[in-house]
Amino acid sequence: MKQKEIDAARQFIEAIPHSQRLGMKVEQLGEGRAVISMPYDKALIGDPVTKVIHGGAVSALMDTAGGAAVVVHPLAGPGTATLDLRIDYMRPATPGQTITATAECYHVTRTVAFVRATACDVDTARPVATATGAFTVSKGLA
Amino acid sequence: MKRPEPVIQVKRRRDLALSVIVNQVPYIDFLGVSFDRHGDQLTATMAFHDDLIGNPTLPALHGGATAAFLEVTAIIGLAWTSLWDEIEREVLDIEAVQSGDLGLPKTIDFTVDYLRPGLPRDAYARARVNRSGRRYASVHVEAWQDNRERLFAQASGHFLMPQRDV
Repeated sequence: MKQKEIDAARQFIEAIPHSQRLGMKVEQLGEGRAVISMPYDKALIGDPVTKVIHGGAVSALMDTAGGAAVVVHPLAGPGTATLDLRIDYMRPATPGQTITATAECYHVTRTVAFVRATACDVDTARPVATATGAFTVSKGLA
Repeated sequence: MKRPEPVIQVKRRRDLALSVIVNQVPYIDFLGVSFDRHGDQLTATMAFHDDLIGNPTLPALHGGATAAFLEVTAIIGLAWTSLWDEIEREVLDIEAVQSGDLGLPKTIDFTVDYLRPGLPRDAYARARVNRSGRRYASVHVEAWQDNRERLFAQASGHFLMPQRDV
């Protein structure tokens, strides 16, 4: 995949309104792999006592990272949509810390791209959540 | 025979409990989700706004926004169902809910099926608690937009129930 295409994909991902609203940043991108971060924000709190971020925001991060990994896979096209996404929550993210999701598109057919992703806060040895998903592959572009 | 409770009092009690359960979570407000109640049935609405878009060219809702909407609906639906008896017996400690001390169900896993693109308009969802034990619960959620029969997403998940020393 050419650097020009990766740069275009980065621009596209950084322009996604919902991801922007959640403060997401593309940290790394290329060859079926995406690393995207989301800073802590009090508006995203899901548990008022512990101040832990809502699982829904983590899902949005996982979905964005998953889709990003697909569009930079050499065999997938520039567009994609989520078919299904399963998230396992291992532990609450530490309040105040940025959450970073790393997604890998590990297999692509003519029609479907398969993704796995891991989300961590500062303690990268203990993931906050993992995800697996299937995404659409845009036709005629592979 | 005891006289039935006046309807206005019943509604006030249930609506207060619901608003207190919902308002303790900042993220629900961030997403723009609200809940309508008919008896014990809740319907969640995610009011459309531009920040929910994931694909500006179509345009379509962000899959993450849809997932979050379904997860919020599942958690509130589950909390509501599990507190319903206490609400009706008028023994629910509203202050404990308000302060968050009662706790909300925690997601263990959540699987979303995307059936068709989310259109740039309001979305609705309802949760069904399929199993609710002392520790674990299983919840299914359906979401639609214009037509109740044409779901645009569905999800199911497992949740850890808050442990209460009652």
